[in-house]
Amino acid sequence: MSLRNIGHRLYQGEVSFDFVGKRKIWYSISAVIVLVAGIGLAMGLHLGIEFKGGSVYTVHKPGLSASQAKDTADKIIGSNTALAQTTDKGDVRIQVSAQESIPATTFTKEFSQAIGVQEQDINAQVIGPSWGADISKKALTGLIVFMVLVTIYMAIAFEWRMAVAALVALIHDLLITIGVYALVGFEVTPGTVIGFLTILGYSLYDTVVVFDTVKENTRGLTKQSRRTYSEAANHGLNQTLVRSINTTVVALLPVSALLFIGGGFLGAGTLNDISLALFIGLAAGAYSSICVATPLLAQLKEQAPDMKALAKRVAQRRASEAKAKAEAEARGEEFDEVEGEDGDGEQVAAGMVGQRNQPVSRARGKGRPSGKH
Amino acid sequence: MATPKSRSRDGYPGRALALILVVTVGLVALMFGTGNTKPRLGIDLAGGTSVTLTAKSDDPSAVNKTNLDTAVNIIQKRVNGMGVSEAEVQTQGNANIIVNIPDGGNTQQSIDKVGDTAKLYFRPVLAAEPSGAAAQQPSPSASASGGASASPSAGASAVAGSPSASASAPASASASATKAGRALSGALQADPTASASGSASAQPSASAQASAPAANPSAAPTPDAETLALQQKYAALDCSDKAQRLNYQKTNDPTAPAIACSYNDEQGLWYKFVLGGVAVNGQDVTKAQAVYDTQTGKGWMVDLSFNDTGSKAFAATTGQLATQSSPANQFAIVLDGQVVSHPYVQESITGGNAVINGTFTSDEAKSLANVLSYGALPLDFVKSDVTTVSPQLGSEQLKAGLIAGLIGMVLVVAYSLVYYRGLGLISIAGLVVSAVLTWSIMSLLGAGIGFALNLPAVCGAIVAIGITADSFIVYFERIRDEVREGAQLRAAVQRAWPRARRTILVSDFVSFLCAAVLYLVSVGKVQGFAFTLGLTTLLDVVVIFLFTKPLITLLARTKFFASGHPWSGLDPKRLGARPPIRGSRRRSTTTQEV
Repeated sequence: MSLRNIGHRLYQGEVSFDFVGKRKIWYSISAVIVLVAGIGLAMGLHLGIEFKGGSVYTVHKPGLSASQAKDTADKIIGSNTALAQTTDKGDVRIQVSAQESIPATTFTKEFSQAIGVQEQDINAQVIGPSWGADISKKALTGLIVFMVLVTIYMAIAFEWRMAVAALVALIHDLLITIGVYALVGFEVTPGTVIGFLTILGYSLYDTVVVFDTVKENTRGLTKQSRRTYSEAANHGLNQTLVRSINTTVVALLPVSALLFIGGGFLGAGTLNDISLALFIGLAAGAYSSICVATPLLAQLKEQAPDMKALAKRVAQRRASEAKAKAEAEARGEEFDEVEGEDGDGEQVAAGMVGQRNQPVSRARGKGRPSGKH
Repeated sequence: MATPKSRSRDGYPGRALALILVVTVGLVALMFGTGNTKPRLGIDLAGGTSVTLTAKSDDPSAVNKTNLDTAVNIIQKRVNGMGVSEAEVQTQGNANIIVNIPDGGNTQQSIDKVGDTAKLYFRPVLAAEPSGAAAQQPSPSASASGGASASPSAGASAVAGSPSASASAPASASASATKAGRALSGALQADPTASASGSASAQPSASAQASAPAANPSAAPTPDAETLALQQKYAALDCSDKAQRLNYQKTNDPTAPAIACSYNDEQGLWYKFVLGGVAVNGQDVTKAQAVYDTQTGKGWMVDLSFNDTGSKAFAATTGQLATQSSPANQFAIVLDGQVVSHPYVQESITGGNAVINGTFTSDEAKSLANVLSYGALPLDFVKSDVTTVSPQLGSEQLKAGLIAGLIGMVLVVAYSLVYYRGLGLISIAGLVVSAVLTWSIMSLLGAGIGFALNLPAVCGAIVAIGITADSFIVYFERIRDEVREGAQLRAAVQRAWPRARRTILVSDFVSFLCAAVLYLVSVGKVQGFAFTLGLTTLLDVVVIFLFTKPLITLLARTKFFASGHPWSGLDPKRLGARPPIRGSRRRSTTTQEV
C-alpha cells in the first residue's frame, strides 16, 4: 500500500493500530524504559562544571596536547587536580575545580605565557559552586510551577482525567530523557536543562493535539451504543496519527539540524546540549502522547460510571448484532448503515465497530455493492 | 475580490492579509528607519565576557527590585568608568545581575572589579598626598621636614574618634600625616576638590586649619608591625598606576586604618590617603539625594540621612574631626576602596542629617547621591558565573546556529513540499512571514529593551520553526479531513478552521505557558531561550490567524486549489475523498487506483 494513502485509510478507519487496546504492551515497554532510566539515574548524572563550580579554560592552539596542557595547568594551580581534554576541534579544554581558588585572570595570563599563546585565544568560564544548585533549584521550581499550571489549565480546558494522563506522559518523557543522559553519560549542562524544560512544553503540545481530537471524537458518546470510549479514543488517535507523525517530524527536523550542525561543526557546546535533550525528549514525547497518554486516558475514562454503562451497552449490542449477523449476512450491512447516521453524524466511518485490529472494513467495503459511486 | 455571499462565509481574508502586510512592512520600515537592522548579539555570540552576579543578603527582603536596580545603575557606571564601552548591565530573575562586557578594552580587569561588593564607608582622613609617578615621587625622606606639630596630633585624635584600632593607627598617622601636611597644603591652594565622581567639597579650608589645636601629641605609641607595613605600602603606593589602585579596604579589618586612592578631576591628579578605621558604615545611610540649595545659592549638594547608629557615630566623628586641622579634618567617603569624596568638616553634625556641598554640577551631585544610596544597600554580590568567549568562537557559534537554522528551515520546507505539495507553498510563505516578523521584532527589541540574542535564543528560534510549521500541519490536516469527507475545498477550508483554530490555540497556549514560566523562574541563558520561544509562539498565532488562514481562504478560490489539482496537495482523489453527493457516504475505492 502506498504511503500517501495511509492518511486516508487511517482516517477512515480502514487501517487502525490498536494503541488503546494493547495498552499493556505499551505500558510494559514504557515501564522497562523508565526502569532502565531509573537505574541510570541511580547511577548518577554526569554533571557539568556548571553544577560543581570551578573554571573551564578552552585554549585554541594547534598542536597543544592535553597532557601538556594539564602539566602546565597543574604547575599554575600548584596541585595536580586539573583536567584537560582535547575537543573535536583540536582545542584543549582545561577544568580547574572550585577548590583551587586561583583568579581566572591570573590563570589565563600565566597559562598564555607558559604555553605561548595570545591571552585572547583562551576562553575562560568561571562558575561559582552555588550556581549549579541555583540553576537546578530554579529549573525544579519552573518544572513544578509549570506542571501545576498546566494541570489546572488542562483540567479546565479538557477534564481532570486528561490532565492526569498528560501529566503522567510528561513525567514519563522527562524520566526517559534524563535516564538516557544518565545511562549514556552525556554531560548535563545548563543547556541540557533548557532542553529538558522545553520538553515540557513540547511533550504537552503533542499530547494536547491528540487529546483535542479524542475529545471531539468522544463527544456525545454516551448517546450511542456502538463503541466504547476506548474504541472512540483509539479511532481519534488513528485519525490524528498522520498529523502527530508530521508534527513530530517537522519539529524534529530543525532540532536534528541543530544537533548535527552543533555537534559536527562545533563539538560539544550549548547548541549540542540543547538539541540533544530536545531530540530525545521530542521523540519520547511523540511516543508517549500516542502510547501512554491516550491509553491511560481511556483507562481512566472507562472507570467513570457513564462509560462503564456504555461499555456494557456496547457489549450487549455486539452480542445481539453477532447473532443477527449470523442469521442474515446481508442485513448486517443495513445495521451499519443506520447506525452510521447517529451519534457521530459526520465522520464515523461505517463499519468501524469492533474492527480495531484488522482492516476488515475494507474487505467489507469492497464486498459491498459498489454501484453507489 | 469576493462576492458578498462568500464574504459572509469566508470572512474578510483581504483585510487580514492587508493588516499583516501593513504590520510587517511597518516593523521592517521601523527597523531600517531606526537603523537597528540586526538583533543585538549576546556575549556568547559576539565574543566578550559575561558575569553573573547573585545578590546575597542576610535579610532576604533586602534582595528586592529597587535595590537591584540601584545596584545595576552603579555597576553600569563602574564598568563603563573602567573604559569599557557599551557594557550592558541588567537584572535577571529575582537576585541576579548580568554584566555583559563586549570584547575590547580592559575586559579582564573589569571582570575582577565588577563583582566586588560595593561597600561604602565613611572614614576619617589621617593623611593625604598627591600620588602620581610623574608628578611627584613621594619618598618617605622628603616628608620629614614639613611636619608641623599639629599634624601628628591631628592624626592621633582623629583616630581616637574612630571606633577602634587606635593602637596601631596613631603611629601610621603621625608618620604619614607629616608628609601629608605638606603635600596637601599645596593641594589646598589648588583647590582641594576631589573624588572620582568629580564631586566633593572644599569648605574654606582656612577655618579648618585655624581650628587645629596644637595638640598634645598623644603618647605616640610605638609603631607595630602592622602599622609599619601600612606605612610602607602607603609610601610605595602610586595611584596613577592602575594595577596599584586596589581595594585595600578589602584586605584588612574595616576597623583598622587603610590606604586608598582618589582622583581629582580638576587637577587631573591622583591622591592617596591614609584613612582611619571605619567611622560610619554605608549601611547606616538611610537616604541620600541630590538637592539644589536655593537658600544660599551654593548650588547642588547631597543631602544625607542616617539611621540611629549612623547619626550617633557620625555626630561623634564629625565632632572629633572638626577640631582637627587639615588634612585630618576631612571625612572620606570610600566606595570600593576608592575615595569618592572627602569633604572637610567644620562642626559636629548631629541629628542624623548631613549635607555634602561643593561645586557640584547636578549630575555630579546625583551621581554621588547614587553612590551613597547604593552603599547603603545591604547587598553583597557573589560572582556566580563568569564566561569569556573569544570573538572567534562566538562568530563560529553564530554561524553554526544560522547554518543549523537554515538547514532546519530547508528540511521543513522540503518536507512540507513533498508531503503537502501546493499547500507546502503556503507553509513556506507563512514561515517567511514569521521569520521576517521575528527578525524585525528582535532587532527592535535589542534597541528598545536591550534584548540580546544569545545562543539558546537562537536555538529557541530554530525550535520555533517546528512549532510554526506544526500549526500549518494541524490546519492542513483538518482541511484534508474535510476534503476526505467529501466537502468542496472552499467549504472545507471554512469548516476545518474552527477546529484547527481550537487545537492551535490550546497547544500554543501550553507552549506559551511553558515559555512564560521558564522566563519568570529562570536566569541567564534559559531566559533568552524562553523569551524567543514565547515570542515565536505568539507570532505563530498571529501568523496563522492573519496570514495562513486568509491566504488559504483566498487560494481556495483559485482554480488550482479548488479543483484539487494533483499538485495542490488537496486532490480529493489522492486524499480518498468520498464523492460529494449527500447520502452516498461510502468510501471511495478509487484510492487504490491512484
